[in-house]
Amino acid sequence: MSQHTLSVIVEDKPGVLARVSAMFSNRGFNIHSLAVGPTHVDGRSHVTLVVDAPELEQVKKQLHKLINVIKVQELDTTEALQSEVMIARVSCEPANRGQLSDTASLFNARMIDLSPTSMTFEIAGTPNQLASFEEHMKPHGIMDLVKSGRVAMKKLSDISPAVMGAQSR
Amino acid sequence: MKPPTYTGSHSLLQSLEHEGVETIFGVPGGAILPAYDPLLDSPIRHILARHEQGAGHMAEGYAMATGRVGVAMATSGPGATNLITPLQNAKMDSTPLVAITGQVGSQAIGSDAFQEAYTTGLAMHCTKHSYLVTNADDIPDVVHEAFHLAATGRPGPVLIDIPKDILNATTAWGEPSLAGLPGYKPTSHGHPKQVKAAIAMIEKSARPVLYVGGGVIRAGGSAELLEFAEVINAPVVTTLMARGAFPDHHRLALGMPGMHGTYTATTAIQNADVLVSIGARFDDRVTGNVADFAPNAKVIHIDVDPAEIGKVRNADVPIVGDAKNVLRALVDRVLSTRDAADAPWRKEWFELLDTWQETHPLAYDQQPDGPIKTQYFIERLHALTGGEAIVASGVGQHQMWASQFWGFERPNSWINSGGLGTMGFAIPAAIGAKTARPDDLVFALDGDGCFQMTFQELITAATENIPVKIAVFNNAGYGMVKQWQNLFYGGRLSATYLDPTVPEYPKLAEAMGCVGLRASDPAEVDAVIEKSLTVDDRPVVVEVVTDPDEMCFPMVPAGESNDRIVMGPEDL
Repeated sequence: MSQHTLSVIVEDKPGVLARVSAMFSNRGFNIHSLAVGPTHVDGRSHVTLVVDAPELEQVKKQLHKLINVIKVQELDTTEALQSEVMIARVSCEPANRGQLSDTASLFNARMIDLSPTSMTFEIAGTPNQLASFEEHMKPHGIMDLVKSGRVAMKKLSDISPAVMGAQSR
Repeated sequence: MKPPTYTGSHSLLQSLEHEGVETIFGVPGGAILPAYDPLLDSPIRHILARHEQGAGHMAEGYAMATGRVGVAMATSGPGATNLITPLQNAKMDSTPLVAITGQVGSQAIGSDAFQEAYTTGLAMHCTKHSYLVTNADDIPDVVHEAFHLAATGRPGPVLIDIPKDILNATTAWGEPSLAGLPGYKPTSHGHPKQVKAAIAMIEKSARPVLYVGGGVIRAGGSAELLEFAEVINAPVVTTLMARGAFPDHHRLALGMPGMHGTYTATTAIQNADVLVSIGARFDDRVTGNVADFAPNAKVIHIDVDPAEIGKVRNADVPIVGDAKNVLRALVDRVLSTRDAADAPWRKEWFELLDTWQETHPLAYDQQPDGPIKTQYFIERLHALTGGEAIVASGVGQHQMWASQFWGFERPNSWINSGGLGTMGFAIPAAIGAKTARPDDLVFALDGDGCFQMTFQELITAATENIPVKIAVFNNAGYGMVKQWQNLFYGGRLSATYLDPTVPEYPKLAEAMGCVGLRASDPAEVDAVIEKSLTVDDRPVVVEVVTDPDEMCFPMVPAGESNDRIVMGPEDL
């Protein structure tokens, strides 16, 4: 089953998220990840949904039927601007801290906590960058890991996000 | 004594009056108590149901008989949960309904207070939309939005939950607006390009079928449908929810398709080259096995709800729009290209349909000295009333026979529970219909199983002076369930027998303030119908003792192809 990313603008009212998730369970669609937050416009929230579904037409139509949903947009996963935050706690003896820090810096991951037996990193990036960082941490032993859920936005230019990222850093 | 201030309750009643509400069906209780006080001074009539489910179905019957929004009111907790069945029923059948429920005080919400239920949460899956009012000043806007949502686009139920302190709060009424619905923009008119494509497809068709659903009735599009069917010269099948949308006596009418539909209606769809779905949703009771449904047909799908298009069957020409408007546009398109009299000829198709109707008619066998067949009673009732009645029905065999044997001529004259199949619907729905249209004869055709689920509402009918008539077909059990046990479970009858002598229906009717009658012999049928028609000051219950072994045919066994129509027990 393929994954699709949906960018949904909803009214910022109590119960709206419950309506969205209730519709998904009612209709038998599976939510892979969900992130919600306010937008720059008062009274509007943005929901980014990553959905497992064979096709998206019915999902989009059912979302539109919810009275509090204002706009539904399907994003091409390869083209859209996407970002996610991950926090990973990795097993680490003091002697290995240098090696782990070097790997983390290659990914622009930031150390945010330290204990005698672990290091904790925060990383923001595309789903691919996060997955790659996770792979490199695995051999050390991941003790805990949490992701924010993906946020996404339609991309307007054809400049590669990697280029833009390099310039800003 | 009037309360000294203008409260949320006053605002609620004023808002309902502003929406043109004339009747509310409800049951009071603790949390909704404040709203019942200004009701005493309001011109709105309140019908006191004996159970909230009854109130909800009455509001549905009212809406189905008029096309207007029905209103039900209940208290918090059990009052609200008892409304859930009517809400889901209205959702499945796209019936415009506004339900108002009391809620515990705002400060007590979430504390498991007395008679608390998470009503808006419960309603989430069985309404078009729901509101929890958190400020009394919002009441005019919320009520206005609720009525707008219930009645427009694809109609449906909307719930308004109001905490008791909000009903008691001081407020003022202001002219309401729809500014609070930025995401709600139903499409009402079909795209002209699609309308053009549809007409091109139908005019070229040799074997078209118009597959008409309840959406045509909800849109008030029967006149447009009749005109369209005639100018395009295509036969019409009407689903269970669409009975009455097209006159059954018309030369183009083929009756109901599907599981218990007529052979001709079901087979016409199977042989169609173009299927024009208008306000229908390819329900499994119509399609049988979807993969084998209308296998050679191109599909034109007209629906006001875009989510229905492509949900079950891919559409070759999708048209999103209100059925009445789209039918008008289709007629106009035809007449802009040719004269109405030049309708396509399609001689072979109509000859084929005529042959099927002659060789596979609806049939039953009423022996003069045998038990009464429900079908016979329905045909006699139709004959003796000239078909001039609003017919309400419960769910099961009697519902299918009513749909098959009552010749429907007008929309809004058939009140039944289609999508949800709610047993017990007939009595309260008939009461709602009779309240809305007091000058019309309203006859509920009910089963004994259904009757025993909601008969307490006959007390409502008797005490509120709503003279409905109820025929109870007493076949000693849940007939349709028994039919399935006989056909698919080797005749092992499990929990489908109801003692036909208990209750004694005429006595029970009399105890509830109704007239009780009985017919148990075919020879008594005409007399008992005529007697029931002479009573107009009280409800009448006619017990009709019917054949417990009669089965409902034609039948397409569940999940099978519609090519496999069982015409009678001998076909099994």
